[in-house]
Order: sequence, then C-alpha cells, then structure tokens
Amino acid sequence: MAMQPLVLDKQLVRLKLNGRWREDAVADNQLLIDYLRDVARLTGTKAGCDGGECGACTVLVDSDPVLSCLTLAVRCADRSVETIEGLATHGRVSALQREFHEKLGTQCGYCTPGMIMAAEALLRRNPDPSEGEIRTALSGNLCRCTGYVKIIDSVQAAAGAVR
Amino acid sequence: MSELAPLRVARPRDVEAAVALRRAENQSRYIAGGTDLIVNMRRGIRRPKLLIDLTGVEELGDVSVTQRGVRIGAAVTLAQLAAEPDVSTRYRAAAEAAEAIAGPGHRSVATVGGNLCLDTRCIYYNQSEWWRRANHYCLKHAGTVCHVAPQGKRCHAAYSGDLAPALMVLGAEIEIAGPDGHRRIPLADLYADNGRAHLKLMPGELLLCVHLPAAAPPSTYAKVRLRGAIDFPLAGVAVSLAMADGTVAALRVGLTGTNPRPFLLAETESFVGRPLDADALARLDKLVQKQVQPMRTTLASANYRRLAAAALARRLAARLAGI
Ligand SMILES: Cc1cc2nc3c(=O)[nH]c(=O)nc-3n(C[C@H](O)[C@H](O)[C@H](O)COP(=O)(O)OP(=O)(O)OC[C@H]3O[C@@H](n4cnc5c(N)ncnc54)[C@H](O)[C@@H]3O)c2cc1C
Ligand code: SF4
Ligand code: FES
Ligand code: FES
Repeated sequence: MAMQPLVLDKQLVRLKLNGRWREDAVADNQLLIDYLRDVARLTGTKAGCDGGECGACTVLVDSDPVLSCLTLAVRCADRSVETIEGLATHGRVSALQREFHEKLGTQCGYCTPGMIMAAEALLRRNPDPSEGEIRTALSGNLCRCTGYVKIIDSVQAAAGAVR
Repeated sequence: MSELAPLRVARPRDVEAAVALRRAENQSRYIAGGTDLIVNMRRGIRRPKLLIDLTGVEELGDVSVTQRGVRIGAAVTLAQLAAEPDVSTRYRAAAEAAEAIAGPGHRSVATVGGNLCLDTRCIYYNQSEWWRRANHYCLKHAGTVCHVAPQGKRCHAAYSGDLAPALMVLGAEIEIAGPDGHRRIPLADLYADNGRAHLKLMPGELLLCVHLPAAAPPSTYAKVRLRGAIDFPLAGVAVSLAMADGTVAALRVGLTGTNPRPFLLAETESFVGRPLDADALARLDKLVQKQVQPMRTTLASANYRRLAAAALARRLAARLAGI
C-alpha cells in the first residue's frame, strides 16, 4: 500500500485577517507577505529586503510584531493577523496613522506600514512608553527618509492622544 | 530569490513524532522561529523538502523552575525568555543576551533552540544566490575554495549566536532527543570547531531543552556590532564571576562571533584565589586575545574583533567585581 502523504501541498487555512475570519487554500511554501499581497490583495504591507533586515513587512500576529517575509502563511492558521489596512475604523484613521501624517513621520511612505504596525504592537502592550522604549520597539525598522526623529515624535504624539 | 521552492510543512505534536519525521525524510529540517532558516532558504542555501515545525510540540514551549534549577524548552521564544522574571534576576547574562538578539519582530518568534543551532556566518556566505554564484560559490556551500583563506581547506565562518556564551558561563547543560533516546551534555560539547559543520548533532537529533543550575554566580553579557540597532555580534562576551573575601572564587568567560564555535575561555582557573586587580585584568585581556581566532568573515577587520573581544571581557569582569 502506498504511503499517504503526511500533509498535502496546499492546506485549507482559516485565519482571522483584520478582524474577519477567512479561509483559503494555501501552499505550504507560501510566505505570509505573499499571501497578504497576492491572495488577500492587501498591498499595504511592503517588502523592503530579501529577508528579515528592514522591518517594512511587519504585521501583527496575535498582537505580536512579526516579519511577514520570514513567516510561512500556513503557520498562521487559527490566529489573528493584522495589517495596516486593519487600523482605520469606519473610514477614520487611527491615532498612530493620524500622527504619522501630522508630525511628518512619513515621507516616501515605504517604511510606514511596518513602522506603524511595530508601534501599534508597542502601544497595545505599553500605552505610555518612554523614548527609549519606542526606540527599542522600532529598532528592527529601517527608514531611509525621515532620520527617525519625526517617527519617534509621531509615536509619542499618538500615545499622548490615546491617553 | 524570494519564493521558496515547493515543500511540505509537518506539525508534529510530540518529540517522538518529530524525530520520526526527520528520520524518514533525508531532505528535511526542523524549523522553530524560522528567522535564520527562512532567510537561508530564500537565498537558495537550504532547500529542504519537508519542514518539521517544532512550535506545536508542547513540551518544548515552556520555562519551568525547580529546586534543581531552571529548564528552558528549546521552542521558548527569546521574547519569552527575556521577560521571565527568574531568568532576568538569577541568570542576568542570558536575559541580556536574549534582548540583544535581532529586533522585536524577530524575538517574538525566534527560539532558544534556533539560536543555539544557528548557522555559522560569513560575508561570502550570507548573500543572495546570484551574488554567491557571481563571486564563485565558496567551500561552505556548493564551491571548492574558501575566499577568506584560499590556501586552506577549512571554513572559518563564525558562530554568531548571542545566547550560547551567556548560557555557557552559567553552567548550562542541554538535553538532546534522538532515535536512540535522550542524552544530556554540557552546552559547550554541542559545538565543533568547523564553520561547515559546527553542530555535533547526529542525524535526526533535536535539541529538547537547556538546564541551568539553581545556583549561578552573577553574570553579564555584551557585544559589539556594526549596526547599533540590530545586528549579529562582531564579538560577544559573557562573564560570570564569584568572589570570596576579595579574591576570585570562580571566573568563566564565554565568547561568540570570533570562532566557528562559541567557547569557554581556557585557563581561567589561574585567576582563582587572587584579587581581580589591574594586573589580573591585563592578563585576562591577553588570554582572550590569544584564544579568539577571528578571520576576515565580517566587514570589520579581524584584529578589531580580537581587540574588541578582549576589551569587553576586561570591562565586564571589572564591572562584576565592582571596580
Ligand atoms: C536581521 C537579522 C538580525 C539578526 N540578529 C541576530 C543577533 O543579533 N544575534 C543572534 O544570535 N541572532 C540573530 N539573528 C538570527 C536569528 O534571528 C536568531 O538567531 C534566532 O534565535 C534563531 O532562532 P529561530 O527559532 O528563528 O531559528 P530557525 O530559523 O527556526 O532555526 C535555525 C536553525 O536551527 C535548527 N533548529 C531550530 N530548533 C532546533 C531544535 N530544537 N533542535 C535542533 N535544531 C533546531 C533549524 O533546523 C535551523 O537549522 C538575526 C536574524 C536576522 C534576520
Ligand atoms: S570562511 Fe570561507 S568557506 Fe567559510 S563561508 Fe566564508 S568564504 Fe566560505
Ligand atoms: S521585507 Fe521583511 S524585513 Fe525586510
Ligand atoms: S519614509 Fe521613506 S523609508 Fe521611511
């Protein structure tokens, strides 16, 4: 008798994406970033490097910051994944999004979705972070435009607004 | 290359099933956080047909404290480890090392086991497929010549995990599960002095957990790196020091980032029974310089890394001695 394959090449994956459950047939070798951009058509999440160096692809998995370019999509089964598209409610941007705009925390914008998701993870755990804590939380995110000062200002302003 | 080659992912529930899967498929690999392995796969260095995901194995996932010490499961994440109150107070070097690894987006999934089994690193190796092909593949992967030391037949890629030296100065032992059952060895014995094959694991073997003894002396860890925010160590040093009546009772120095394996500095017994004064610190500096073997595997020069390792050892020992 032929051995049954242990796992099929594609698995039916059920996950919560930006608050809504969905189900897709996902290939075992698909990375979360490609699933988000190509399958779910959420192109807010960016790819800025060839693996793990830049933070542009940061999303939240069960509220933890995770690099979607190093994550297999099938490993997100039954979990909650959040991207930049999930932050606005009823067409209104979140405090972090607003302050990145107001305080010029974004210039070209390429790093911004990752920056905001990394900052979102921080503020959920720690609504009143020190500057040092903000720097640590964003240490894995590269920005080639702003020089980071305005980004830290934006996160501080958002924390103040939420308080 | 960004897309991964076709593969299957298996998610065993227990260690026996994981080991059996690994044994049944030659071209398989364990995966934990994936923050080292997936990078190498995207760069075409590793092409496993089957990934055996260890994060579903319950017994690998927790930290437990007993009278005999602490047991840290191999799939405990670095974020979890650094936040563990027992670890940050009693095993300071381990918490400091965990916090100094990569960024928050890595540490939320990166594991203790993955860090200890981290591949060795070199500027000619940690590159994209086209870069390595254009430069002629090197000895470590697909090539025949080492670009760092072309005369030799050895790979000098440096082991660059931060946790190993910290756990070593704390007297860590590891438990390994394999087809023939379990074995327990000092952490230092996991490693071989060979950049191409630095792990002494038999086919199918997997790291189960780390044991730390209940009584550990005060310890600390520091590293130098190129990118201040997040980066692998150019040199990383852990020190543990017990003093009694103004003299050294026990001194251990663990080193990483300089040799193909992390290691405990030899001959530290010679400090026991003497004060840790300026003379002793100068001697420690020399000892480190003699035993590290940095090669040109990073963008910083080998000599800089040698001096940096020695300076860190001296500084950390002085700090622990309160001078
Ligand atoms: C940008 C960047 C910066 C980084 N900076 C650092 C740094 O400063 N310091 C540092 O130390 N690391 C660093 N890393 C590397 C990596 O993130 C960490 O070493 C991490 O701890 C690896 O753990 P993991 O669980 O993700 O390993 P994985 O990628 O899942 O596995 C790594 C290797 O270990 C094997 N393995 C995993 N678990 C086991 C087990 N239980 N038994 C046997 N084999 C096992 C896997 O088969 C694989 O070969 C960095 C990575 C990136 C991308
Ligand atoms: S030390 Fe030599 S063989 Fe090893 S990875 Fe570097 S170039 Fe390749
Ligand atoms: S694209 Fe994921 S870290 Fe750069
Ligand atoms: S705003 Fe351009 S990279 Fe950050």
